This record gives sequence, structure tokens and C-alpha cells, in this order.
Amino acid sequence: MSLMDILTIVVPSTLLWAAPLIFTALGGIFSERSGVVNIGLEGLMVVGAFTSIVFNLTFVDTFGNATPWIALVVAMVVAALFSILHAVAAITFRADHTVSGVAINLLATGTTLFLVKQIYGKGETGIISKGFSKIDIPVLKDIPFLGKIFFQNTYWTSFLAIVVAFIAWYIVFKTPFGLRLRSVGEHPMAADTMGINVTKMRYLGVIISGALGGLGGAVYAQSITSNFSHATISGQGFMAMAAMIFGKWHPLGALGAGIFFGFAQSISIIGSSLPFLKEIPNVYLLIAPYILTILALTGFIGRADAPKASGTHYIKGSR
Amino acid sequence: MKVRMSKRLIGLLTPIIAVLLGIIVGTIIMLASGYDPVAAYSALWNGAFGEIYYTGEVIRQVTPYILAGLAVAFAFRVGLFNIGVEGQFLVGWLAAVWVGISFDLPKIIHLPLAIIAAAVAGALWAFIPGLLKARLRVHEVIVTIMLNYTALHVSNYIIKNVLTDHKDKTGLVKDSATLRSEWLQGITDYSRLHWGIIVAIICCFIMWFLLERTTRGFELRAVGFNQHAAQYAGMNVNRNIILSMVISGAFAGLAGAMEGLGTFGYVTVKGGFTGVGFDGIAIALLGGNSALGVFFSAILFGALKVGALNMPLEAGVPNELVDIIIALIVFFVASSYIIRKLLDRFGKKEVK
Repeated sequence: MSLMDILTIVVPSTLLWAAPLIFTALGGIFSERSGVVNIGLEGLMVVGAFTSIVFNLTFVDTFGNATPWIALVVAMVVAALFSILHAVAAITFRADHTVSGVAINLLATGTTLFLVKQIYGKGETGIISKGFSKIDIPVLKDIPFLGKIFFQNTYWTSFLAIVVAFIAWYIVFKTPFGLRLRSVGEHPMAADTMGINVTKMRYLGVIISGALGGLGGAVYAQSITSNFSHATISGQGFMAMAAMIFGKWHPLGALGAGIFFGFAQSISIIGSSLPFLKEIPNVYLLIAPYILTILALTGFIGRADAPKASGTHYIKGSR
Repeated sequence: MKVRMSKRLIGLLTPIIAVLLGIIVGTIIMLASGYDPVAAYSALWNGAFGEIYYTGEVIRQVTPYILAGLAVAFAFRVGLFNIGVEGQFLVGWLAAVWVGISFDLPKIIHLPLAIIAAAVAGALWAFIPGLLKARLRVHEVIVTIMLNYTALHVSNYIIKNVLTDHKDKTGLVKDSATLRSEWLQGITDYSRLHWGIIVAIICCFIMWFLLERTTRGFELRAVGFNQHAAQYAGMNVNRNIILSMVISGAFAGLAGAMEGLGTFGYVTVKGGFTGVGFDGIAIALLGGNSALGVFFSAILFGALKVGALNMPLEAGVPNELVDIIIALIVFFVASSYIIRKLLDRFGKKEVK
């Protein structure tokens, strides 16, 4: 097997697995940059995955080939609505952010499985007929060498994830909205003094994270699992959180970390068919993202610091 | 007439209101989706206490729940959030079974050794986030989450490659290391009830005694109330942080031993988490992080979980409804600020 052959297998697979992580990690950035810790990313992905699959199964005859794309939008909206629960608890009701996030995760799995049983009468949905499938990107696929590795047998969603990461970077670091979002997460009192509505910004941060988390879940379900059951999202949300931290709460960092973790995940699955890699026990690849995240936090790989006010409540008038 | 409800009363009312709110919302969900709530709740009750078999199963489920709840609660009291109970639970389970199947010893040595091995494994797994928190100020929540997944994959690997020859399940632990008892099973119509509940109750007592009646416990609580004040008073904050994580992890490891030596008697490769660790968070919160509170809320959650299995059979309601109710209870307990505020207003109105 030549290097070229290996790359044409590994690169599209890496991008496939990376896309959901990137979307969700970006969601985490919006929430945490506004100062709200979001452990509920896993639950938001579950809601997104569930919504997209149910929508896809129900409306595939109406919308045809556009179904998975419309399902993405619907999943974003539903997950954004769901994330309002976290916002209300963590911002208005002053709940501990981590506890509220745990509740979101429990609630998401409970509710979606309850609904699956109610709608389909069993523990899992059927398989969708129109998911995201492999495509060759027009024009770009003809670039010699690179075209074959990056733009053939790949998925639109992977490129969408990369584009969204750059958009997120632009929003967070180059727009007034982004500046306000970050200031609320770093020093809410100072932001409030300058006339920024802290509560509103934090709600927006959480809702955007809900939409992106739902998008991540929907992409995962429609491109990787093709159905929804209790095992559809198992740890993807936490790995996305790891990507967010490993990327140091920076959208482009999260993009890089997402691709890297996607690589580790895809290798742990397809590695047995590749030379060299099949010698490495799977377990190292499986735990690599988590261990690397811990190392990043401890400062062994460049220190990662959370936004200063993340996890705290802003109570007007208190010092 | 009371001017304001006492703090103690509010502290007691908040979890009860949270549970009631959870049940009310659960009822609304059932009504909205066309189920009969009365049938569902009576199925739940029958599934938990209707027959002696079910009650045995409830106590069996309560056993790891108490320990997982204590693990979360203990760390909470020292101001730490141990969300890694699930991982410590898994390594404890693995260690207990490992010792249980590898040695041939008299029961008086073997069983305690297997239980202690689980506690030590859990404690070591929790030592890592404790150390990182104490020395490098790394937030324990993230580290423990990451270690949960590490524990899952590493223990799966060890089960497959070290304990067995690429199988998904180990053999049963030796009779000399088991917590199971034919007598207990006999009196509960052959449920999986085992002696572990004694261990859990002893641990409740240990936690209460350690925190409320020893100097060390006073220091631990002081660190939980205000780290800076504790530091100023000459206490070693870092050492107490590590100690609290280690004790918390030991409780979590013991919870794993209950499954490994009692309920199942073996350990399997897992595709995902068991959920015991996360339920432990709910139990600790509802129990107000005290040993007695954890004991009672573990009984509630154990009964809910076991009783839920009867709901699809008797009332045709998916058992996930109980997961929704548990999530809602966590949600409402976490939002207790708003409940307290409402109670406060209510209490003030009474005066007029």
C-alpha cells in the first residue's frame, strides 16, 4: 500500500469524524466565552441527532435530496430551544453551571429515548435512506495529487465545518458582538458598566452553543450512524469539549483540535486495515484525545486557560 | 407566627419541592403524550415495593448509589466537584474482580482484600485530578471527565487483553471473594441482593464521623467553606484537596466493588457508561451532601430506577420517563435559588 493510498483513506475519514467535533466545539466556545460552562454539549448533540433523524425519516418523501440539509437546520433550531433550559438554570436561576449541564445531558437522553419509544415503539429508529453521502467536490477534485486526497470521496459537511470555524473566528474576534461576548465572559462587571447587557449576551452565547451542538449531533447522526438509539452519541460531546479546551477556547484552535481528534477516532476504527498502525493497540488511540487534553490543561503542551469569569454568576451590585 | 422560615426548614423543603416538581412535570409529560399517569405511578410503586423480589432489587441498586452519592458529596463538602465518580467506579469494579478471580485465599482475607483493592484503585484514579488541582490549579471537572473516558477504554482493554483472552466478560469471582449470599437471595425471592448494603451503611457512618467529629474533617470542611480563610488559619489547603479527592475516589471505587463482587460477580467490556456515577451527582445534590441525606436520596433514586423497569410491562409507559424525572429533579435542585426565593416570599406573606 503506497503512502498515496493510505492518505486517500485516512484524510476523508479524518474529516468525516472531525466535522461533528468541530461544530460542537465551536458551540462550546460561544458558551464559555460568554462565561457559561457548558457540560451539556453531549446532551445538545443527542437532541440534534434525534431531531435530524426523526425529521429525515418523516419528511424524506417531501424534500427528497434536500432532506438531510433541512434536517440540519431543524436540528439546530430544536437544540437551540433545548439549550434555553440550560441558560435559564445557569444564568437566571443561578444554578451551578456544571450541575445544570449534567441535568441537560440526563434530560436529553431521557427525553429523546422516551420519544423514540413513543413514536417508533422500540428503542431505536429505522435507518435513514437519504443521509450525507460521499461526493467529489467539483473542479477542486481535479487538482493533481491534492485533489485526490482532499476532495474526492469526501463529505460536504466536513468543508462546511471548516468554513464555519473561520466564520466563528471572525465573529468572536473581529466583530463588536464578539468583543462583547468575550468581555462578558472575562469581566462581567466591567462589561455591565460599559452598558453591555450581561444576561442577554450570556443567553445568546448559550443559545448559539445549542444550535452548533445540535448541528454537530445532526451531522454525526446523518453521516456516521444513520439512525438514532441510546448509543448514537456516546461521548462525542465530551470529546468536543476536550477539543475546545485543547484548542484553548479559540475557534481555529478548536478546528485544529477537532481534526486531530477526528484523526485519532478514525484511526482507531480503520487503523486495523492500514500497515504500521495496526501494530498500535487501539486503546492508545481511544484515550489519546483525553490524555492530551489533560496535558494541555496542566501546561505541558502550552497552558490553556479558561475565560476568567466562566462558571460564575453575575449578580448586579455584588463585588 | 414565624417571621421567616428557618434556614433548616428551607434546607429540608427545597429537595422535597424539587422532587414534587419533578413528579408534576413527569405527570404533565405523560398526559401530553397520552399515557395514564396513575397507572404509571402505581406500576412504579409495585415495581419497587410490590413484591419482596423487587424490594431486594431496590436495596441492591441502592447499595452502589449510596457509595456513589457519598463520593460526590464528600468532594462537594470540600468545595470540589468530582464528576469522575463514574471512572473511579469503573476502575474499582475492575480491581475488585481482578483480585476476586486471581487469588485463592480464605474468605476472611480475600473478601476484604478485594474490597480494599477497589477502594485503592478508585482513590488512585481520583488522586490524579486532586494532585493536578492542588499543584497546578487545573479544574477538577475537566480532568475527571477526561479520566472517565480514559477509565472506560483502559478497563475495556485490560478485560479483553489481560484478564481474558479477547473475551467480553471475565469469569465469576471466587466464592471466597463474593458478597453474594444465598440466604439474602432466598429471603427476597432470588433477587440479586448481597451483603454490600452493610458496607454502604458503614461508609455513611464513616463519612459523617470523619467530617463532623474529627479535626481533619473540620479542616476539610473549612477548606470547602473558604479556602483562603483556611489557608490563613494555618491549614494545608493543598493536602486537604488531595485528601478529599482520594477519599471521594475510594467511596466511588467501593461502589464499583459492590457491582463486581455482589450484583454481577464479574466485569464486562462496556460500550458506554453505566450511569451510576452521574446518578451519584443527583443523589448527592438531593441529599444536601450530608451522609444521612445521601442515604435517603439513594433509596429514592434506587426505587425509581428499579420500579421504572415495571412501567413498560404494567402500564405501557417507557421506563425512560423516570430518567426524565431524575433529570428534572437535578435541574430543580440546582435551581434551588429560585425555589428558596419563592419560599422566602411565601414565608414573608404569612406574616401580614
